[in-house]
Amino acid sequence: MEIVLVGLNHRTAPVEVREKVSFSAEQARRAADELRSRGILEETLVLSTCNRSEVYGVPPESSHECAPGLSSFLSEFHAVRPEALSGSLYHHYDREAVRHLFRVSAGLDSMLLGEAEILGQVREAYRFAHEQGATGPVLNRMFQGALEVGKRVRTETDLGTRPMSVASAGVKLAERIFGKLEERSALVLGAGAISEQVIAQLRGRGIANLFLMNRSRDRAEELARQYGGKVAGWGEWETALRAPDVVVSSVATEEPILGLEVVERAMEARKNRALFLMDLGMPRNIDAGVAKLYNVYVYNMDDLSDIVQQNRQARENEIPRAENIVEAHVGKFLSWQASVELVSLVDELRARVQEERNAFVKARMDSMAHLSEPDRLRMEGLMDELLEKLLLEPARKLRGEKELRRKIQNVEALRDLFLSKRDKP
Amino acid sequence: MNRIALILTAAAYLLSFGCYMRFLNTGRELIGRLGTLFLALGLVAHYFALLERSRGLHTVPYHDLYGSMSLFGWLLALTYLGLELYHRQRSVGAFVLPFILVFFLAAHLAPADRLPQPDLRGAVFAFHVTLSILAYAAFALSFVLSLIFLGEERLLRKHELGNMVWRLPPLELLERMSQSSVLVGLVSIAIGTALGFVSVDRLMGQYWFYDPKYVVTLFVLLLYALYFRLARTATWRGARASKLCIFNFVVVVLSFTVVNLYLSHSHRYF
Repeated sequence: MEIVLVGLNHRTAPVEVREKVSFSAEQARRAADELRSRGILEETLVLSTCNRSEVYGVPPESSHECAPGLSSFLSEFHAVRPEALSGSLYHHYDREAVRHLFRVSAGLDSMLLGEAEILGQVREAYRFAHEQGATGPVLNRMFQGALEVGKRVRTETDLGTRPMSVASAGVKLAERIFGKLEERSALVLGAGAISEQVIAQLRGRGIANLFLMNRSRDRAEELARQYGGKVAGWGEWETALRAPDVVVSSVATEEPILGLEVVERAMEARKNRALFLMDLGMPRNIDAGVAKLYNVYVYNMDDLSDIVQQNRQARENEIPRAENIVEAHVGKFLSWQASVELVSLVDELRARVQEERNAFVKARMDSMAHLSEPDRLRMEGLMDELLEKLLLEPARKLRGEKELRRKIQNVEALRDLFLSKRDKP
Repeated sequence: MNRIALILTAAAYLLSFGCYMRFLNTGRELIGRLGTLFLALGLVAHYFALLERSRGLHTVPYHDLYGSMSLFGWLLALTYLGLELYHRQRSVGAFVLPFILVFFLAAHLAPADRLPQPDLRGAVFAFHVTLSILAYAAFALSFVLSLIFLGEERLLRKHELGNMVWRLPPLELLERMSQSSVLVGLVSIAIGTALGFVSVDRLMGQYWFYDPKYVVTLFVLLLYALYFRLARTATWRGARASKLCIFNFVVVVLSFTVVNLYLSHSHRYF
């Protein structure tokens, strides 16, 4: 009942390698089928995201013996030369494999620390493999544990709560002022990459109305079509600034495009309704004096970058708490695994002892022909009683005492000690 | 019984405060809910503490300063709980609970006065007092909310977010909560004052006799009505309205202290 994991991720492999061994849903299904039909793994699950491709499994033999075969399978399945993968693949076994999965699920192994998407991806991969019948008791328990870890880390720590990009930080700040953005409107000046990121964030947060302005109207219309917004004529500041609650500006310009007077007039027209200005241009697009106006909140690129930096630090400060949750669940899983294995070991031991006892009794009784039948039966009874006493007590303890199961780290060693090679499954 | 109710109330309020603080730091929803639960338990226990105190002293809770303070604390807790449930926002609890605790503890840890039997003034008078104290509690709540608004607005303007700003309610929600609270206060004080005039008429056979408290109360009513109106206009909404709300509460405190103790003939502790 060992566990093996072979995979690569953003830390070990560049995108050129990652994309070669990523699995589509269909490929994941086919790989799982092949791994089981070839007898490489008994239980298997493929987790493939844009940053990682990992195969988890329970091999029929020792996990260390199975890992090279699994690596070869990966290169063969994706038609990639083995040497192209050899430096990128990592292998984890048992405790380390479990810990790795739990850390992945918690967002601790993600490129963006604490990102939320990975938990959904783990859930989806597990659902897919489970429906396919590729998982068994070990992987079921392990992935259910991983989902629990992911959920706990997200509810009990701040690992994933703070925005980590300039665009998301800006949008979250707007929510600090206006609350939910579902009844709000935004105006985006410029149609470059950063504007698009902010638009995506605004749409993601449910902004009601989106207006776009760009010197090149074509590009603005393209973005408006893509994200469902309206295009306004460039330079019509008085009208354009009257309605929106959030204004994002990311335009290449020598002089500020929103000067103090423009915004002052706009605020008069808006009757001082609160305005959140995100200046993402370099040089700045909004006059510095605007920040002093009543009910106007201005954040430029540096301000937002500082916030992202603070948030990154805050997330990093949460790592020990998240790691504690991971460790607690790794311990819980290993305890469960040991209990299952130990109980099965005790059962095997009982069968073995029973077999030995029968052979022993037969050999000895044949040489003690003078004993009467009742005496023979009595001797056999005493022997049974002694054996039961010797075996029952440990079995009861193993079932009942969690701490004992935790202490017994290596069930295989016990198996080697008590059972001969032929008795091993 | 009174001692048990006191201990239970103090414990529930303290636990509620602890949970709200923890909720503010961690954002854990379960802890926030526990804060609400302990507050509700505190309210029930506080009610019995008030009841027992009144029975023991053979008087109404507002017959002395300590009783009035305890009743004020209870109504503050009740108003806050209502507001929290209505707006589904718990982050403010950590700021309100200290006020509730201070009023409760100051009222109940102080030695009880030997009080003369109260005049029997009837249900109208009781409603007049209770509604007036409820109004002051609601105004106190709007004061706390306005302070939070100004603090958060300042942090947002200075770009000093730290951990706190991400946990506090959005500025606009704080404004709405403050306005809701003032609305409760306005309705209560309007009805309470009207009942006060009815009560005076029943006791003295006339609606009006001069008492500076009347003038100040009507001034307070006017100030909060003005706040309620201005806070909804674009020019005033935001920091200006919050500052006005804080100014209004200063007038309420003056009405509670200077006017009650030195100027009023018929209002002692409310």
